[in-house]
Amino acid sequence: MSIWEYANPVKFIRTTDVVLPWISVAAVLCLATGLVWGFFFTPDDYRQGSTVKIFYLHVPAAMMAINAWAMMLVASLVWIVRRHHVSALAARAAAPVGATFTVIALATGALWGQPMWGTWWAWDPRLTSFLVLFLFYLGYMALWSAIENDDTAADLTSILCLVGSVFAILSRYAVLFWNQGLHQGASLSLDKQENVSDIFWYPALVCIAGFVLLFVALVFLRTQTEIRARRSRALLARERQA
Amino acid sequence: MMPDLGKYAFAVLASYGVGLGLIVILVVASVLRARKVRAELEQIEQRSKRHG
Repeated sequence: MSIWEYANPVKFIRTTDVVLPWISVAAVLCLATGLVWGFFFTPDDYRQGSTVKIFYLHVPAAMMAINAWAMMLVASLVWIVRRHHVSALAARAAAPVGATFTVIALATGALWGQPMWGTWWAWDPRLTSFLVLFLFYLGYMALWSAIENDDTAADLTSILCLVGSVFAILSRYAVLFWNQGLHQGASLSLDKQENVSDIFWYPALVCIAGFVLLFVALVFLRTQTEIRARRSRALLARERQA
Repeated sequence: MMPDLGKYAFAVLASYGVGLGLIVILVVASVLRARKVRAELEQIEQRSKRHG
């Protein structure tokens, strides 16, 4: 069995139809468990007080905002190299999900920043690169909608995705590249010394799993929708020609 | 049951409200569009079959 079998739209829909309910249930369970655990059963931070509870939404959303773009990059590269329509449509399907996660990260960041930094927004490297990433998401979605021919749209949006990847990387590593700004360094690390305390780490881990599963479930569902929408457009075009 | 959020109650509750609200909107919009597109495709396919 090869991964390229799933480039067949019928095979993709058939397979994802089977796994989608399981992934959706797992996503809901993980999100509910992680958020309830984090909100109700973790202590306040000694410096940040109860605002530390924002961590359980802000960090997973920010991680997935960047990872969604990385997934779109891989799917775009597959389209450019192998011309599989499902991969281009999967990238298209992921964009609104990634954009929503970016908004969640920006909004919760502003709400967290106001009491901690005394400002809703600062032109800090990480915040600014995240805002530019969000604008790239909007541009990517607008470009798909603006072009009638699906293949041309896939070509141009794939190139835009390659360019936008610079900002996805910058938003992840901005704190390291420019050692300035209000935003702290990464809270999560594989190094136990640098990582947040276990009491915050375990519920955060469950929330991250929930966001990943939610992303996968939504991308599967939305890719199925894009495949069906593409087939509808093709059938309608055939009708008009007949 | 509700934890004491102290002077940061607005920031915390607003974050959860915005975050969960956006997730619910995204899920509902995705499901509704999926249903709509599926129904449209079935209609078009039936029409195509009828007309050969």
